[in-house]
Amino acid sequence: MIHTTEVMDIQKETDQEKNVMEEFDGENKSDINKLITRNVDSFYGDLHALKDVSMDFPVNSVTAFIGPSGCGKSTFLRLFNRMNDYIEGFRMEGEILLDNVDIYNERINIEQLRKDVGMVFQKPNPFPKSIFENVAYGLRIQGENNKTFLQDRVEHSLKQVALWDEVRDDLKKNALSLSGGQQQRVCIARTLAVEPKVILMDEPTSALDPISTSRIENLIFELREEYTIVIVTHNLQQAGRISDYTAFFYLGELIEQGRTHDIFTNPKHKRTENYITGRFG
Amino acid sequence: MSKMILNRRKDRIFSVVGLIATFTGLIILLFFIGDILKDGLSRIDWNFLTGLPSRRPEKAGIFTAMMGTIWVLFLTAAIAFPIGVGAGVYLEEYSKKDRLSKILEINISNLAGVPSIIYGLLGLEIFARVLKLGPSVLAGSLTLALLILPIIIVSTRESVKAVPQSIKDASYAMGASKWQTIWYQVLPASMGGVLTGVILALSRAVGEAAPLIVVGALAYVPFAPKTPMDDFSILPIQIFNWISRPQHGFIINAAAAIIILLTITFMMNGIAIYLRNRWQKKIQW
Repeated sequence: MIHTTEVMDIQKETDQEKNVMEEFDGENKSDINKLITRNVDSFYGDLHALKDVSMDFPVNSVTAFIGPSGCGKSTFLRLFNRMNDYIEGFRMEGEILLDNVDIYNERINIEQLRKDVGMVFQKPNPFPKSIFENVAYGLRIQGENNKTFLQDRVEHSLKQVALWDEVRDDLKKNALSLSGGQQQRVCIARTLAVEPKVILMDEPTSALDPISTSRIENLIFELREEYTIVIVTHNLQQAGRISDYTAFFYLGELIEQGRTHDIFTNPKHKRTENYITGRFG
Repeated sequence: MSKMILNRRKDRIFSVVGLIATFTGLIILLFFIGDILKDGLSRIDWNFLTGLPSRRPEKAGIFTAMMGTIWVLFLTAAIAFPIGVGAGVYLEEYSKKDRLSKILEINISNLAGVPSIIYGLLGLEIFARVLKLGPSVLAGSLTLALLILPIIIVSTRESVKAVPQSIKDASYAMGASKWQTIWYQVLPASMGGVLTGVILALSRAVGEAAPLIVVGALAYVPFAPKTPMDDFSILPIQIFNWISRPQHGFIINAAAAIIILLTITFMMNGIAIYLRNRWQKKIQW
C-alpha cells in the first residue's frame, strides 16, 4: 500500500524526503518510524521477561501484539511510556527511540514522555470525577487553566471518540456513572486531549461488550490517521480487523512480525501458525 | 436429632444471642441517657448556657467550660489534621517499605493505645513547662493533638491505601508527577475516610479530662478564653467538679452538662457518618 507520509513527524536526521511509505521489511527506516526498538531485554529481578526484541513502528499505523498470556506483550508495551519504572527490581537493556530520541536517557523528562505517549488500560479507569475533569486532567496538570481553552479541547476530544453527543448535556456527571464502553471512550478522550504522538492500548476492549468493542475498534481505525497506535490484544480477529502490522510474541521472544495480512495468511514460523490456527493459546 | 436440625437450632441460638448482646449494650445506653435527660433536661436554658461558674448551683452556668471545649476542639483539629494527614500520606505513599517503616508502623499503632494520662504528663512537661506555655488552651490542644495523632495517622493510611492502583496508574500514565497524583487524585478520593477518622478522633478528644487536668485546666475559671494562651476549663472537668459537690443542685447541673457534652459528641459522629455516606456515593469503585 502506498501512503503519503506526514512530513511534520519526521525528524531532523533524514536527508531524503520520502513521499511514499515503503513496504515494511524490518530495516531501520528511522524517518518513517515513530518508534524504534533495538535489542531490548527486560528483567523482573532474575526473571528474563523480554529477550532481544527489535522492531520498528511506522508512523500513523496500528501495530498489534499477539501471543499467549504471560509472554511479555504488556511488559513490552509498558516500556514505551516507562510505566515499568514503578516496579521494584525492573531492569531494561537496549534501545528504545521515539522520534529518534532514546527515551531511557537519564535526561529525558518522563512527564513529557507520557504526554507524547498515552496509554489506555484494559479495565476502564476513569477518575472519580466529572466527565469534563477527566478529559481536562492532562491539560490541568500541565498548568493549563484557561476555561475556554479547556472547554474547546474537551469538546474536541469527546467528539473524536464519538461521545460528545451522548454526554454534552451533562459534562459534570461523574464519569463512573457511565457504561463500561462509555468509560473506556472517556479514557481514550482524556489521552487524546493532550495531543499525544503514540497511543498504547493494553487489551482495551477485553472488558467490554461486543457492541462497545466494535465502536472502539472503529475509533482505533480512524485514529490511525493522526496517531501511531500499538495495541495488545488476545483477540486474534480483532488484530486481523484493525491492525496494519502484527507482532507475535512467545515466552518473551519476538517470534515473527510483519504486515497483518501476511502474518495471518502466510506465517513464516510454525509457532506463529500454530497460535493463529488455535493449536495453542 | 438429625444433624441438620441441630445445625438449624445452633443457627437460631446464635442469632438470638447476637441480638441480645447488641440490645443489651443499647438498652443500657438508652437507660443511662433517659436517666440523664430526666435529671438534667429541664435545667438547660439560656442562663445555663451563658452563665459563669458559681458557688450557688442555681446561678452556675457552663459558658466558660463550653467555650473552653470549643476552643480546644478547634485548636486541636487545626494542629492534628495537617500533621496527622501529612504523616499518613507520607508513610503510605513516599516512605520505602523496609524494616524501619514496619517498626514505625507498629510504634504508631501502639501509641494509639497509650493511656491518655501519659499524654497529659508529656504535655505538662514539654508544653506547659519546657516551652513555657503554662496551663493554656494552646498547651492543652497540643497535648490532645498528640493524643489523637496516631488515630488520625492510622485511619489516613487506611483510606489512602484503599485508593485503587488503577487510578494512580492512569494519573501517572497521563504525565502527572507523584505529588500531582496525590494532590489531584489520591487525597480527594480518600478524603471521606480521612475526614471520618479525624472527626471520630476529635470526638474522643472532646471527652478527655485526665490529660487536661494534668496540664492544668482548672475547674473554676470565671472567663472564657480569648487567646490561645489563656487559662481554660472544659466540659468534662466541669462535670467532674460538679459531681463532687454535695449540693443536689450541682448534680442536676452535672446532668445538664452531660447532655450538652453528649449532644456535641453525637453531632460530631453524625457529621462523620454523613460525610462518609456522601463520599461513598461519589466514589463507587
